[in-house]
Amino acid sequence: MGDPSTEPEVRLEMFSQPKFLAAARALVGSVAQRLGFNEIQCGQISLAVDEALCNVITHGYDRRCDGRIWIKLWPLVADMPGLKIVIEDLAQQVDPATIRPRDLNEVRPGGLGVHIMREIMDEVTYERRSGGGMRLTMIKRLRPVQTAKSPAPPTSGQSELNHE
Amino acid sequence: MSDAQELEIQTESIDDGVILRPLGEIDLNCAAVLREGLRQAQDGQPGRVVVDLGGVPYMDSSGVATLVEAMQVARRTSTKLILCAMQDKVRSIFEIARLDIVFSIVETAEEAVSQ
Repeated sequence: MGDPSTEPEVRLEMFSQPKFLAAARALVGSVAQRLGFNEIQCGQISLAVDEALCNVITHGYDRRCDGRIWIKLWPLVADMPGLKIVIEDLAQQVDPATIRPRDLNEVRPGGLGVHIMREIMDEVTYERRSGGGMRLTMIKRLRPVQTAKSPAPPTSGQSELNHE
Repeated sequence: MSDAQELEIQTESIDDGVILRPLGEIDLNCAAVLREGLRQAQDGQPGRVVVDLGGVPYMDSSGVATLVEAMQVARRTSTKLILCAMQDKVRSIFEIARLDIVFSIVETAEEAVSQ
């Protein structure tokens, strides 16, 4: 399980419409709960997915409501159990290297999504899909006790391009 | 059906301003409702705007961004903007974004009104 070459155990396809965010959060949170994540972790994983979807809707599809988004979930059960989440779209492609968290010392609306995803999840990887659009892969490892991550150092001078 | 019907905002006038009580989850779908509520509350440049988040079980960065916008307006107009009664999940996103030290956040609406 968790092998990207295998079919996901859970799959959700949605249009790029904000009204479906709550349903996507509920699905992901429910799966995470069944895998053994605690309530706080489930909420945080759902938040990471929400932020990723908001970026696809807002930046990838420029708030168009007819874009396709696929959410795929794989339970990870080998040495490092957890949850692997892949979010794919057919939106405009961007250089993954330009998708970075912004400087948190700059207090302004927006631009927090990538930072939140990276703080919550253990792995966050963007790539271009060969068939068009982007693929985001996020992994959260299951740990018996929630451990706070050290804050990422400020990335002064860096700003996100295209994604928040 | 409107995409923004899932958030209700109750308002209560106080001596020097208003208390806003959003009820529901705040995400990209309904952040505009909160933005409009805050705009109306701040339009008259009251002395104080309290946002009671006790009825908000979930907020994503769209909601946070809306509150940051309101904070910027408050600073320009010398209005107090105070957040109160945050649930743990909501407080968590403020901490992750390191905005818990930027906003004025207190435990209760009573404390926010008397501060």
